[in-house]
Amino acid sequence: MSALTLVEAVRTALARAMDEDPTVLVLGEDVGKDGGVFRATEGLFERFGPERVLDTPLSEALFTGLAVGLGAQGFRPVVEFQFDGFMYPALDQLVNHAGRLRSRTRGRLSCPIVLRAPYGGGIRAPEHHSESPEAFFAHVPGVRTVIPSSPARAYGLLLAAIRDPDPVVFLEPKRIYRAFREEVVDDGKALPLDRAFVLRQGRDLTLLAWGAMIPLCLEAAGRLAEEGVSAEVVDVATLKPLDTATILDSVGKTGRCVIVHEAPPSYGPGAEIAALLAVAGLFSLLAPVVRVTAFDVPTPLPRLEDLFLPAVADILEACRTVLAHR
Amino acid sequence: MASTARATKEARKVAVEVVEPTPAIPSAEELLKLYREMLLIRRFEEKAGQLYGMGLIGGFCHLYIGQEAVAVGIQHALTEKDSVITGYRDHGHMLACGMDPRRVMAELTGRVTGYSKGKGGSMHMFAKEVRFYGGHGIVGAQVPLGTGIAFAHKYKKDGGICATYFGDGAANQGQVYEAFNMAALWKLPVLYVIENNRYAMGTAAERHASTTSLFQRGLAFAIPGTQVDGMDVLAVREKALEAVRYVREGNGPFVLEALTYRYRGHSMSDPGKYRTKEEVQEMRERHDPIDRLKNLMLERGVADEERFKQIDKEIRDICNEAARFAQDSPEPDPSELWTDVLVES
Ligand SMILES: Cc1ncc(C[n+]2csc(CCOP(=O)(O)OP(=O)(O)O)c2C)c(N)n1
Ligand SMILES: [Mg+2]
Repeated sequence: MSALTLVEAVRTALARAMDEDPTVLVLGEDVGKDGGVFRATEGLFERFGPERVLDTPLSEALFTGLAVGLGAQGFRPVVEFQFDGFMYPALDQLVNHAGRLRSRTRGRLSCPIVLRAPYGGGIRAPEHHSESPEAFFAHVPGVRTVIPSSPARAYGLLLAAIRDPDPVVFLEPKRIYRAFREEVVDDGKALPLDRAFVLRQGRDLTLLAWGAMIPLCLEAAGRLAEEGVSAEVVDVATLKPLDTATILDSVGKTGRCVIVHEAPPSYGPGAEIAALLAVAGLFSLLAPVVRVTAFDVPTPLPRLEDLFLPAVADILEACRTVLAHR
Repeated sequence: MASTARATKEARKVAVEVVEPTPAIPSAEELLKLYREMLLIRRFEEKAGQLYGMGLIGGFCHLYIGQEAVAVGIQHALTEKDSVITGYRDHGHMLACGMDPRRVMAELTGRVTGYSKGKGGSMHMFAKEVRFYGGHGIVGAQVPLGTGIAFAHKYKKDGGICATYFGDGAANQGQVYEAFNMAALWKLPVLYVIENNRYAMGTAAERHASTTSLFQRGLAFAIPGTQVDGMDVLAVREKALEAVRYVREGNGPFVLEALTYRYRGHSMSDPGKYRTKEEVQEMRERHDPIDRLKNLMLERGVADEERFKQIDKEIRDICNEAARFAQDSPEPDPSELWTDVLVES
C-alpha cells in the first residue's frame, strides 16, 4: 500500500492491467519513449517493450480506428490522447464504429477499448487543452463514460474500464493529477462501472459532481457544516451508464440538489441529471434543482479562467439558493 | 518546375548540408531586410521566453527559435495579395507577415491590445489586414483551412495564393492528404510548406514517418515537391520564388519541405529526453541561419560589425518596447468572457 497521486494511480493501474493480460496494449502520441505529456505512461515502455507500448504517428482518427480493429480481434488497447480537445478528430471512429460494433454484429464482435485523456480546466491552458467534453461521449449509445475524482477511484475504475468488454471513455481530471495523495492498494481490485460514490453523508441537500469538481464540493460541504447545514456529496463518476438509483436515493432523502460541472450548461450532463430528477424524483424535491457550470462560451485564456470555472463560492451560493426554499 | 525526387534517406541525414547550387544573392537592401527580419524573430522569441519564465504568459508557448529562415525566406517570395496560415508555432510567421510585435506580445500575455484582444493567446492570432489566418492549435487542421483560402483566391481570381505551413508531425494527419487530393484535382493555388524540424514533440521523424522525405508526400496526387535547406534563408527564398511562380501560374499546389531545427523545447515544459545536447549544440553552432547570413554579408561587405551592432540594438529596442507595451496594457474586462461567441440575433 502506498500513497499515490491520481496520475501515479493511473500508471499503476495500466501496469497492473498489462501485467495480468497480454492483450492489453498502450498507444498514443509520445506515450512510449517519452512517457506521455503528463507522464501517465512513464516506465511502461521500458517495462513492457515497444511491441506493447506504441508511439503512434500524430493521427487521432487513425489510432482510434486502429484500436477498434484491434478490439475486434480480441485485444484491449488503451489509447491516450494528449489533451481532451484532441479527441474531437476521433469522434467519428468512436460514434460510428466503436459504439456500434456490438450492436451491428448482435454481440458477435465487441470493442473492449479504453480512450483515456487528461480532462478539464484549472491548469491555465487554453481551449482544447482545458475542455470538458464529457457530454459528447455520454451522448453516444454503446459507449461508457467514466471520470475518476481520486487516486483510489482512478485505479479501480481504470482497471474496470480496461477489463470491460465495451468501449470506455476515461477522462482524467488533469487539475488534480498531482493535487493530493491517497492510499492505493495495488491489489488488482476493480470498482464497479455503474455506481456513484457517496463521499459524504448529509441530510439537507445533495451536491452531485465528478472529476476536479469533487474537491470543491467537499470543501463547500465542510463550510456548510460549520453553518449547521448537512450536505451530501455524491461523486457521479460513471456518467454513462448513470447510477440513477444512488442519485434518486440521495435527493429523495435531502430534497435539494445542486449539480456542479466544468462543462458548459447547454445540453450538458447537468441537464440530463436534472431531467432524471424531474421525471423520477419530482415529488421529493423541496426546491428547484440548481446547476453550477461553466458558460456557453469557448474555454478562455488563463486570465478569464477563474471566472469561467465553477468555484467554491459559486457552489455555496447555489446551496444557499436551494436552502432558501423551506 | 518538375518534381525533384532526388533527396532520400541519405540526403535526409545530412539534411542541412544538402548539396545545392548556391542560391543567387539578392541585393544588399534585401539581404539587410532578411537579416533584420530573422533577428527580430530570434530576439522576440527570446523575450517571450523570458516573459514566460516570469509567469506573464499563460498557457502554452511554442518558440520558433532556429526556424527563422523558413518563415522569412517564404515571406520574401510572397506578395501582398497572398495569404498565410500555420499551426501553433506561429510567432515567427506573424512577425514575418509584418504584424506588430507589440500587439503579438500583448496577445501572448493575454492583454486587450493583443491581436485577439487577449482571448486567443500564443496559438490563436489572426490579422486580416495582412491576410494572416492563424495560429491553430489542432495539429494539421490548418491544412484544409489553407486549402479553402486558396480556393477563395482562385474563385475570386485575385491572383493570390495561400502559403499553408505545417510540421513533420502534422504531415501524418489524414486530412492533409484529403486536402492534397482536392487541391491537385481542382488546381488550387496553395503552397504547402512543411517545416521538418525532425521532431513531433518528443518523437523523432524516423519514429513517426514511414518515409522522412516529406516533399515526396504529394507525388501520389501528382503534386510536385522539393526539399530545401531550411537553415539557409537564401536557399529558402530562392526555392520559394520558383514554387510560388509555379503555383501562381495556375498549375495547382506545390509542396516545399524545409529541413530545419528548433533549438528550444517543444513548448516551455519539455524535458528534452528525446535528443542529445550535442545535437542541439551542433545545430546552433554550425548551422544557425542568422549567423550564416551575417557571415555572408560580412564577406561580401554588405555590412560591417558596426552596422550589425546597430541593427542588433534596434531590434532589441523593438522587442523591449513590445514587452513594455504588453505589460502596460490592461487585461481583458471580465465581461469579455461573453463577447464574440455568436452575433446577437
Ligand atoms: C490533433 C492534435 N493532436 C495532438 C496535439 C499535441 N501536439 C501539439 S504539437 C505536437 C507535435 C507536432 O509536431 P510537428 O507537426 O512536427 O510540429 P512542431 O511542433 O515540430 O513545430 C503535438 C503532438 C495537438 N495539438 N493536436
Ligand atoms: Mg516537427
